[in-house]
Amino acid sequence: MLNRTSNGGKIDREKRVNFVFNGLSYAGFEGDTLASALLANGVHLVGRSFKYHRPRGFVAAGAEEPGAMVQLEEGAQTQPNIRATQIELYEGLKASSVNVWPSVDFDISAVNGLFAKFMTAGFYNKTFMWPRSFWMKLYEPVIRRAAGWGRAPTVSDPDIYDRMQCHADVLVIGGGPTGLAAALEAGRAGARVVLVDEQKELGGSLLSLNREIDGKTAIEWIEQAKAELAEMPDVRILTRTMLFGYYDHNYLVALEQKTDHLPLKDRSGKVRQRVWHFRAKQVVLATGAHERPLVFADNDRPGIMLSGSVLTYLNRYGVFPGKNIVLFTNNDSAYETALALHAERLKIVAVIDVRNDVTGELPDKVRELGIQVLEGHAITATNGRKRVSSVEVRAIDPGADKYTGHSINFECDLVAMSGGWSPVIHLFSQSQGKLKYDDDRVCYVPEKSVQEQQIAGSCSGEFLTEDCLNNGGVAGRIAAKKAGFSPKKEHEPLTVQEPEMGKMEPFWVVPGNVPVGEGSAKHFVDLQNDTTAADIALAIREGFESSEHVKRYTLTGFGTDQGKTSNINALGILAGILDKPLADVGTTTFRPPYTPVSYGALAGRNLGNWSDPVRVTAIHDWHQKNGALFENVGQWHRPWYYPKTAEKMQDALNRECLAVRNSIGVLDASTLGKIDIKGPDAAEFLNRVYTNAWMKLGVGKVRYGLMCHEDGMVFDDGTTARLADDHFLMTTTSGNAAAVLDWLEEYLQTEWPDLKVYCTSVTEQWATVSVAGPKARKLLQKIAPDMDLRPDSFPFMSFKEGEVAGIDARVFRISFTGELTYEINVPWHAGRAMWDAVMEAGAEFEITPYGTETMHVLRAEKGFIIVGQETDGTQTPQDLGMDWIVSKKKPDFIGKRSFTRSDTAADNRKQLVGLLTDNPDDVLPEGAQLVLDQYASKPMPMVGHVTSSYYSATLGHSIALAVVRGGLGKTGDTIFAPLANTTITAKIVSPIFYDPKGERQDGEV
Amino acid sequence: MLLIECPYCGKRHETEFRYGGEAHIVRPEKPEDLNDTEWADFLFMRTNTKGVFAERWYHANGCRQWFNALRHTVSHQIIAVYKMGEKPPVSDQGSEDR
Repeated sequence: MLNRTSNGGKIDREKRVNFVFNGLSYAGFEGDTLASALLANGVHLVGRSFKYHRPRGFVAAGAEEPGAMVQLEEGAQTQPNIRATQIELYEGLKASSVNVWPSVDFDISAVNGLFAKFMTAGFYNKTFMWPRSFWMKLYEPVIRRAAGWGRAPTVSDPDIYDRMQCHADVLVIGGGPTGLAAALEAGRAGARVVLVDEQKELGGSLLSLNREIDGKTAIEWIEQAKAELAEMPDVRILTRTMLFGYYDHNYLVALEQKTDHLPLKDRSGKVRQRVWHFRAKQVVLATGAHERPLVFADNDRPGIMLSGSVLTYLNRYGVFPGKNIVLFTNNDSAYETALALHAERLKIVAVIDVRNDVTGELPDKVRELGIQVLEGHAITATNGRKRVSSVEVRAIDPGADKYTGHSINFECDLVAMSGGWSPVIHLFSQSQGKLKYDDDRVCYVPEKSVQEQQIAGSCSGEFLTEDCLNNGGVAGRIAAKKAGFSPKKEHEPLTVQEPEMGKMEPFWVVPGNVPVGEGSAKHFVDLQNDTTAADIALAIREGFESSEHVKRYTLTGFGTDQGKTSNINALGILAGILDKPLADVGTTTFRPPYTPVSYGALAGRNLGNWSDPVRVTAIHDWHQKNGALFENVGQWHRPWYYPKTAEKMQDALNRECLAVRNSIGVLDASTLGKIDIKGPDAAEFLNRVYTNAWMKLGVGKVRYGLMCHEDGMVFDDGTTARLADDHFLMTTTSGNAAAVLDWLEEYLQTEWPDLKVYCTSVTEQWATVSVAGPKARKLLQKIAPDMDLRPDSFPFMSFKEGEVAGIDARVFRISFTGELTYEINVPWHAGRAMWDAVMEAGAEFEITPYGTETMHVLRAEKGFIIVGQETDGTQTPQDLGMDWIVSKKKPDFIGKRSFTRSDTAADNRKQLVGLLTDNPDDVLPEGAQLVLDQYASKPMPMVGHVTSSYYSATLGHSIALAVVRGGLGKTGDTIFAPLANTTITAKIVSPIFYDPKGERQDGEV
Repeated sequence: MLLIECPYCGKRHETEFRYGGEAHIVRPEKPEDLNDTEWADFLFMRTNTKGVFAERWYHANGCRQWFNALRHTVSHQIIAVYKMGEKPPVSDQGSEDR
């Protein structure tokens, strides 16, 4: 490995790890990331950029990496756009570049760069808007092929994911010096602590910086802290766990990667990732800081990296990403990197510092080594195709928009830059905390918390290790205290040997020989989205001045990195152009997730049969055995129809419908919502929730009712039986049962608590076998010989209790088909026995089971509505032609007052009508829009739509129900349904197509 | 996700509850006495408070009881919960600067 130090780093040099990148084999060490291993092998070129397909390499060493994304693994295991800086190396790893074709070295789309002039901010909106047909056929497919990054897997996810709920007294986010100190102090106080860190090991910045803490090396101090935490029984440490979402009331969500670091062969059968859901009394945000790049001409070449990240590669992974190094900075931290690289005998070509009069511990040490330091200078150009090969440096005047002096050329293979540090405030912002801009620290810092949380260390703008440790310790103590614990001893501050850091100078963009954006050089701000400083300037010229508008117009801060390195630079440039203080520009909104989370992890185990509860009736097995096809009604699986061998759907429906009309059909109606209503005020209560009168309904009788909301719109319907003076059984539509129960309970609890009524759901207590057809009485008489079924003693809309097939039953004479119907209700467990008894007794009548589709046809023939099909929450009873069920005498019921509102009472509302097509074989599509003038110019005035439409075997032609403006007064008129290729003509008729006088409901006597 | 204290069950996740809108809107005793404007006001008009807001919650996947809460609509802090029919334990006057 070309670029390894001789010793040091948190890698195991005894353990070689082999991997493949873009088809070539390499080796790294255990402890490497894919990024550090590639850099060790001298690979800088990892991909092509989003828009211009420019060569790109590594910029950072962690989650903030904007560019170095790869396609990890192949087949079912493949994952697109994973940052190479976050992939732990494992034996046999396979990865490839994204956004390249045919290869990363020769990419055809790089010609995009030649057309760069035309690909400025907003270019999608501007260029590809018109003509519209071009967008669908030409632009979009081409762009889709050329843009976008990796490929989503095409087969289903083979992995297992978990979910865990966890309560914590103190949840510490970040396992660096701040978080470790906070966890130690909170743990010592006895709090239940959870410490979460995204890395595989604790330590954070201590793994990258050579620091001495209380006389120990940083690594020794980490080990000691880990040992102490391990002794504490109530402390849980979660590594490889990214906290990605911070929600209300300290609800936080994290992703733990449990097997992603293992060779593929060692993963099978194990849970791949676990999503943790935390509820914490106190949260300590110890999320650290990200280094900012500097924005200069062609600052995107591979080999141009963040200075702190170079230090991480060196100290943590024993990798030097270059041998001839130029540093470019506006603060002291790059000098520490220079010293560390120099100590490895690497050549420091020069340190370019935009500041003047730079003194202090670190710059002085660098100068003492004879390293050239250029003050008041900046990199004004870079060269090199697939890796930086030289930089041009010029003197710059602060505030000038162009440079003037001559250039100095430095040959180099690595540029380590530092534009200062930005606290990782994403989670703080997600928690609704308010930020403020800190002029001294040149960054946004948390100002005011909304939730129960402490902010400590670099996240609060304290960048020195000693401050982090002590700040974190104090935060841990406060958090424990607020969570109800008392820290015993006084806080003992730690001392750290570390260099002083001088003042930083805000510096947002390096000027060119022409103002930024006018030349051919590109000053990249957001490397992931290829947004340049010129794009921001253009956005402002075109009127997008708010930071949120600039973000959307230029894409800055979008994408998988969410602008971790680019946001503040973009705001600085924006503020500079607008000539406003940065504090007045404001940040954009940070939203979860902090880093991408796979759908599989979020779905967890809620897949397939476990994605939603399935409800089946007691007779379900029979339906399955007898070839029923099912449809979902809410969570219920209901028989749809029962095709016989080789029977088409319409043929099956015709057969089922004719059986009911001519002999007997049987329906499993168990899913009908059933609510038991009991109490001395039960009748009064029904009187208030239904539109019709209920006080005088006799015991043993059944009545149909409509329910409205207060706005007068129909919301449910069904029959209710009076079981006793103070006892009713209400039925509701199958999909609406829970909503109706909620509605009743809401009124009983909130409006009428004085009413003495109880409501109980009994849907799953009663199985219902509905026997319908002219011969139904003959069948029932066979299995209920003791029940008097003569129409005068068991009339329509009444019920009887008694034995049916030896089972105690309630039999209701109601009808949704228009035929004589007995709905036999038995305890749920006896449902199948009753069904079997009915089928056996019905054999001589060729009893035919029918499903929901036939039920729909039969009820439509009778003009019976289905709530949710004929209605959509905008129909009054009057609109449905059901004025007859609205009481004129009751002083009040829910919805009554609204019937006289001017809009509700208008006569041109959409009203329920029947439609007969001119061609009896035309079946209108449900949802088809209706017009009165088929030749009207477009857009045609639409007057309504088809709500139900079927072919009626009974009638020998199609039928439809529709809602039409003023339809009740348009009987006999012609109406048109313009469809894609034809127009269907229909006549408006009564919605009752069959047996309008109701002569069939008593069946054959 | 909010942590809501049901007055009957204690603190539970928001997923157990259903939101019920603004509290203390009483259904008129005699709706027929209201003119269309007054009735529309009852039906549709709700305040959109930035600050402390009295609202109804329903412990739908728990004890199935309705209750009231005072919640700050910006910070989502829940200041108090109280039963149906009770008066707010503290002022529900909206205050913007909490």
